[in-house]
Amino acid sequence: MTYTTVASPSVYAGSPKRGPITRLLEDERWLAMTLLLPTVALLGLFIAYPFIEGVRLAVTDAKVGIPGHFVGLQNFEKIWNDDIFHVAVWNTCVYTAVATVFKLVLGLWLALLLNHNFKGKAFTRAFILLPFIIPTVLSTLAWKWMFDPTFSVINWMLFRLGLIHSRINWLGDPNLALISVIIVNVWRGLPFYAISLLAGLQTISPELHEAAAIDGARAWQRFRHVTWPLLLPVTLVIVLFSVIQTFADFQLVYVLTGGGPANATQLFATYAYQLGIGTGLLSEGATISLAVFPVLLLVVIVQLLYIRRVETH
Amino acid sequence: MVEGALWRRWVFFYIPLTAFVVSLLFPFYWMMVTTVRPDSELYRPWNAPNYAPFWTTHPTLVHIRDLLTETLFSTWMLNTMIISIAATAISLFCGLLAGYALSRLKFPFAGSLGTVIFITYLVPQTLLFIPLADIIRNFRLGDTPWALILTYPTFLIPFCTWLMMGYFKSIPKELEECARIDGATRWKAMVYIIFPIAVPGILSAGIFAFTLSWNEFLYALVFLSSPEQKTVPVGVTSELIRGDVFYWGELMAGALLGSIPVAFVYSFFVEHYVASLTGSVKG
Repeated sequence: MTYTTVASPSVYAGSPKRGPITRLLEDERWLAMTLLLPTVALLGLFIAYPFIEGVRLAVTDAKVGIPGHFVGLQNFEKIWNDDIFHVAVWNTCVYTAVATVFKLVLGLWLALLLNHNFKGKAFTRAFILLPFIIPTVLSTLAWKWMFDPTFSVINWMLFRLGLIHSRINWLGDPNLALISVIIVNVWRGLPFYAISLLAGLQTISPELHEAAAIDGARAWQRFRHVTWPLLLPVTLVIVLFSVIQTFADFQLVYVLTGGGPANATQLFATYAYQLGIGTGLLSEGATISLAVFPVLLLVVIVQLLYIRRVETH
Repeated sequence: MVEGALWRRWVFFYIPLTAFVVSLLFPFYWMMVTTVRPDSELYRPWNAPNYAPFWTTHPTLVHIRDLLTETLFSTWMLNTMIISIAATAISLFCGLLAGYALSRLKFPFAGSLGTVIFITYLVPQTLLFIPLADIIRNFRLGDTPWALILTYPTFLIPFCTWLMMGYFKSIPKELEECARIDGATRWKAMVYIIFPIAVPGILSAGIFAFTLSWNEFLYALVFLSSPEQKTVPVGVTSELIRGDVFYWGELMAGALLGSIPVAFVYSFFVEHYVASLTGSVKG
């Protein structure tokens, strides 16, 4: 008997009551295309197109208002021989490496502290994230004021503690400026590390620790052989993410020093801004911006390889 | 709680934790003290004998008054609010639809499109701001809020999509299948069955997107030029510093008031915020 067949959704979808658009959207491929259209349009227009435009600018001699002509790799040659660019490369690498190490170590420490149960834990956790959520330029302004050579509260504290005898010119001294900028970056980024690592720590079953403790593992050994290996995947993702952000950092340095004194804190982004927007040399600015790209590519490849490895396991 | 003797608890737990909390929050305290400190006390060198850094005996609201009456601060607040809300709405709309498509539907190149969106998530603003400034100028969007409303989604959509994908994956497929057996179209099952369940995810993504838009600096600095179009971060850093003179009282008042909307949203939705922050990392 065939009249007991249950109507399947596709039969319904084909029923004459429905308009052509509804029927079209019943097809998974058409629906997917419709749903993705706004995203693809916006990302195409404001990411893919600017990227192509950036590469095009890099091989011309365009300035603001002047389209420019094709000059081949002249811009790359120019920045290759540019002393300030060398300084910016070095600064950016030092800035990224030192800040990342400190953020990771201190962030992990803070995450381990927060992983204990204590009164006011939720409260503490909420407050600790403030440096990360408050607009960076605004909190950086507070740091600029704290670093002010004449009115610095940090100098006052260090002096009262007997650690210094004369004033420290945090941002004005070329040898100290990069350190000062790194301090602010670590201050801003540390909460992100701590809270993300804490989320990772909370997925580790306490039973593993108890088992290790029963087997006689001391606190350090438990961390080294139980916590750390389990935390490594999350840590890797956080570090890669933060390395890109730090490598491409702009606002912090722009507010604190503007790249000075004498380019001592000049990074890729600030130098690109100075040339591309400040002096209107669009093509050279775009070329310097593109220097971030290899690092981005490297991180993306590591990420993708890593994700594939996790998926195949 | 840390096990062991009392001194161990202090050395390994209370002291380091207090040190972290104090150093992370001190700049905000300093912002507040500076805001209410009169100029006569503000500009006293740190090595002067009567330098009293942590409190003030004559609190004043004169800096806040000056900020609100003599500068365009309230205009900047309004601009930032409009831009952040509009950019967040666009990004949520796109991210919600794209997240649904990528996590639920089978279509050619689904996997590679997901990867491409993930990669755009990692693209920093620094890479594109110069060509983008050129494009904005060609589209005649320069110095209008649209320049930011349309470009902020480039870093918000990937994040929203990624978060919503994770959220949709946690909703059982059977829910939709039931609705479709009952006669709902795919579209209706998506809009009336799945989206309402995804509201907590949408809220998390929205809060995160709002704070990111409020914080954005580089695009706002490059794309906007007239003072009355600026956002809070750009207005405070560029307009309150006249020449080489820093009006620290007003600057800190601006920094404080400019942080309040974000802090306000954050304080109500801490859990959502933390969920989206950690969710975006774990992917």
